[in-house]
Order: sequence, then structure tokens, then C-alpha cells
Amino acid sequence: MNGYLAFALVFWLVAWGINEYLVRLQPKSEAARRTIGIFVPVLFGVTLLVIWECVVKGFEIPSILLPAPSMIWARITVSTHILWADFQQTFLKSVLTGYVAGCGLGFIVALLIDRSPFLQRGLLPIGNFVSALPVVGIAPIMVMWFGFDWPSKVAVVVVMTFFPMLVNTVQGLAAASHMERDLMRTYAASWWQTLIRLRLPAAWPFIFNALKINSTLALIGAIVAEFFGTPIVGMGFRISTEVGRSNVDMVWAEIAVAALAGSIFYGVVALAERAVTFWHPSVRGGRT
Amino acid sequence: MTAPSLFRDRVLPVLTVLFAILVIWHIFVVYLNAPFVRDQAARAGEEITFGQIVERTFAQDRPVLPAPHQIVAELWDTTVNKAVTSKRSLIYHAWITLSATLLGFAMGTVLGITLAISIVHNRAMDKSLMPWVIASQTIPILAIAPMIIVVLNSIGISGLMPKALISTYLSFFPIVVGMVKGLRSPDILLLDLMHTYNASSSQIFWKLRWPASMPYLFTSLKVAIAISLVGAIVGELPTGAVAGLGARLLSGSYYGQTIQIWAALFMAAGLAALLVSIVGMAHTRVLARMGVKP
Repeated sequence: MNGYLAFALVFWLVAWGINEYLVRLQPKSEAARRTIGIFVPVLFGVTLLVIWECVVKGFEIPSILLPAPSMIWARITVSTHILWADFQQTFLKSVLTGYVAGCGLGFIVALLIDRSPFLQRGLLPIGNFVSALPVVGIAPIMVMWFGFDWPSKVAVVVVMTFFPMLVNTVQGLAAASHMERDLMRTYAASWWQTLIRLRLPAAWPFIFNALKINSTLALIGAIVAEFFGTPIVGMGFRISTEVGRSNVDMVWAEIAVAALAGSIFYGVVALAERAVTFWHPSVRGGRT
Repeated sequence: MTAPSLFRDRVLPVLTVLFAILVIWHIFVVYLNAPFVRDQAARAGEEITFGQIVERTFAQDRPVLPAPHQIVAELWDTTVNKAVTSKRSLIYHAWITLSATLLGFAMGTVLGITLAISIVHNRAMDKSLMPWVIASQTIPILAIAPMIIVVLNSIGISGLMPKALISTYLSFFPIVVGMVKGLRSPDILLLDLMHTYNASSSQIFWKLRWPASMPYLFTSLKVAIAISLVGAIVGELPTGAVAGLGARLLSGSYYGQTIQIWAALFMAAGLAALLVSIVGMAHTRVLARMGVKP
């Protein structure tokens, strides 16, 4: 057994021991508890990286199979301009535009069909059905219709995000109870007043559920759509070409950027949820 | 208030919406395909009426948007009229994709349940693993599918396994989340009751936690099987279009065979619907065996 592997093993055992010890602590102060809550998963992540690095070095795995984290980091630092261009093309143009358009459209259609129980009964099963389908398969068709550049990716993202938003919003709008709605009627509230004061607040948890699901769906849709044709920029394009040229470290750099962007996107949506639905038990209580 | 009826309240609205979709579809077929027809007619130097345009938009070889009957004809042609073993049979391609889906789904289920059990029973696992399980899903795995396929190929693993691994990665997450919730769903009162019986933790697991988690498990399984089909299809994209529904999509997009793309899409949709409904039926059966009244 060589040094790297031995070090990985020791590091892993020590980190595991520290984590086992930390989660058994019952600190009095809120701040200490929060620090532990952050420190434990971070240590776990660091352990994974250390083991990864040591296993790659220890077994001398060729970098074409699995580059070490240090190598990926080196690649990220030397090619920031390429990564930034890809990020702009895929995330800022395709993902964000498509996400806003798809979610907005789903929301508006849900409001439109809100007054018709007949349409709701018809659209909901179909919406649920479509959400379960492999919608990403429409990517080649959209590329044919809207061309190679980012509008076709936006179209894919719009179609992918539309149905989860529609289904969740319709469900959310129905979430306010009869008692509360009757109360609004006795106040002689108009449809708009009922919507803004009662039903939208009741629907926010459902809507944010869709927004969270869609934040990952949108990124996946945009990247997969780029496999079917794209100009020479974009994360999906870079991944598929650099794999072909065996520059696996570049691919991993691209993955790191995608994962970071996806996590931040999800985090922003989750923070917005916390701010908007501060009254909801799952946020207020902190734990479920 | 009249009594609810299955036809009026369930079937009729869905049929109406489906009919509306078909009508809109046909309008778009005419609208999107008409420029090509007009072009052709202008080139041939003939005057055509609107009726002729409509007629021809429904029968193009490579339409921008194929008419539904063309897709049905293509589906019929590639499923019933071709031998199942033929490379041109859609059933053959569907089977390739389905086998990867099922293998990946099975591995994802085992992995997900194992992780969920260890997360529920070990506090350190819960604290350190759960945030990373969630973070792992922000990596767009479908995006790195090509790399996984190519890398596994270079160390001699090819065919079914790489695709199944992508499906596994996609499907384990909903199962972990659902199962953790389900295994923790028993009431504190019930857990206390088990403690007063002096039940061991494996007894608590098998007699209380496991049965209590079943509804959550099946709900997650429905999500997981649909998503593992997506994983298998996308996993086929970078292998260079050999076999499978994803390969059909890719080769269709290379050669501009729109009808082939749509037929593969419909096949995938049908497959997804079938798989989800099978899991749904298993759900009902298991719950019925456990004594849940419908």
C-alpha cells in the first residue's frame, strides 16, 4: 500500500470520527448548532475530494479516465474565458430566458383555466401525463424549427418547464379552503382581491415547488438540446466536443461550472421561497 | 348538486382537451408546412388552390410538423409490419432502451433504499450525507452522460451498463428523499409504543417503519421510473446512434426524418405511460394487501 492510499484511509477515518463526535454534541447556543450543521457536510465533501485525489494518484489512474480534482482546478483557472463564454451562452441566454418564459406561461395559463372546472379536469390529467414523459426528446425537433442558436434551446426549456408549473399552480390555487373562500365572499371581495389576498398566498408553496423542480430541469434541457446542434459555444457543445478530443479535464471543469450554477440557481429559488412563504410550517419550524 | 359521474366529470373533459389539441395540431400542420408546398408549386409553375395546399401539407415526406395520421402510420409500419429482431423495428429499439431503463431503475431502487435506511438509522450519515445527496442532483448528470459513456467504453464497459448507470444516478434521488420521509413518517406515539414492547431496532424497522414507508416509496418509484427512461434515452445520444430510441431521435435529426423522430417520441411517451401505470398498479395492489380501503 503506498503513501497516498494510506493517507486517504487515515483522513477518511479521522473525518468520520470527527463527524460522529460532532453530531452527538448537543450545544446550547443556536450559533454553535448552526456551525456544526454547516461544518459536518463540508467536512464530508472535503473528505470525498481528498479520497478522490489520493485514489487517482495512488492507483495512477490515467487522467483520461478520471482526472484528479487538482488537475480540474488547474484547468478551470487557465480557461476561465472559455467557461465564461459557455456559461453566458447556455445559462444566461438559454436557461434563464426559457425558465422565465416557461414558468410565466404555465402560471398565466393556470390563472386562465382557473375559472373553468371543466378545463381543469381535462388539462390536469394531461399535464400530469406530459410531466412524466421524456420531454427532452423534443430537442431535435426544436433545433429544426428554431435553428441552431439559443432560441431553439429556449423553446426546449419552455416546453419542459411549462407543465410542472401549470399542474402545480392549478393545484395550489385550489389549496385555499372553502371556509376561507366563503369568508372572502361575505366580505364581497372581487375575484382579483380573493386571488391576491387569499389564493395566491395559499398557492405559493406549490408554485415554489414547481420553480425548484424547474430550476434543474431547465439546465438539463438546455444542455441536452445542445447535443443536437449548436453554434461553437455552449456548455453542451463543449462537453460533447471535448469528450471527442479526450480533454476530460475540460469536461470536468465544465461539469463543475454547471453544478455550481445549478446549485446557486436552486439556492436563490429556495431563498426566495423562504422569504415569500415565511409563514409556512416547513419554513417556520425549520425542521420537518 | 348532481351525483358525480365517471364519464361526465372524468372522461369528457379529457377527451375535449385532447380533441382541441388535435384540432390545433392540424391547423399548425397546414400553417407550418404550407410554405414548402407553395414553393414547390411556384417552382413547377402551377396555380394551386387552398384545398390543394391543405391536401399536400398532410402528405409530405419530410414535413416540418407531421400530421398525426402520418405518425400513426409510421408507428404501425415500424412495429407491426417489421420483424421484432429487425434493426428497423421500433419495438427492437424500444426494447434496447427499456432493458437499460429497467436495469438502471432496479439498481437505483436498491441504492436509494439502502441509503435511506442508513440515513434514518445513523445520525452522522444523516448530517453529512443528506446535503450531498441533494447537491448531487444539481449536477446535470444528463449533461455528463456522454463522458460517462465514453469513459466506461474506454475501460471496456459498453452496451447496457453505462446507460443503466445514468438511469441509476437519476432514479436513486427521488427514492432516497421519499424513503427517508416515509421511514420517518411513523408517529412518535407509535415509536414509543414499540419501545414499551421492548422491540429491537430491526423489529421496529420491519414491523413499523417499513410498512409505514410504502405509500412514499411507490410515489417515488413512479417519478423514478419515468426519469430513468429519460436517462436511458439521453444515454444513447452520444454513442453515435446505433440502437435504441435515443439513437432513433439522433439519426432522425441527422437525416431530417421528422416522422421518424415523432414516432420515436410517441413510442417513448407510450413506454413511459406504460411503466408508470405498472408501478401504479403495483402500488394499489400492495396497499390493498396492507388493508388500505380504496
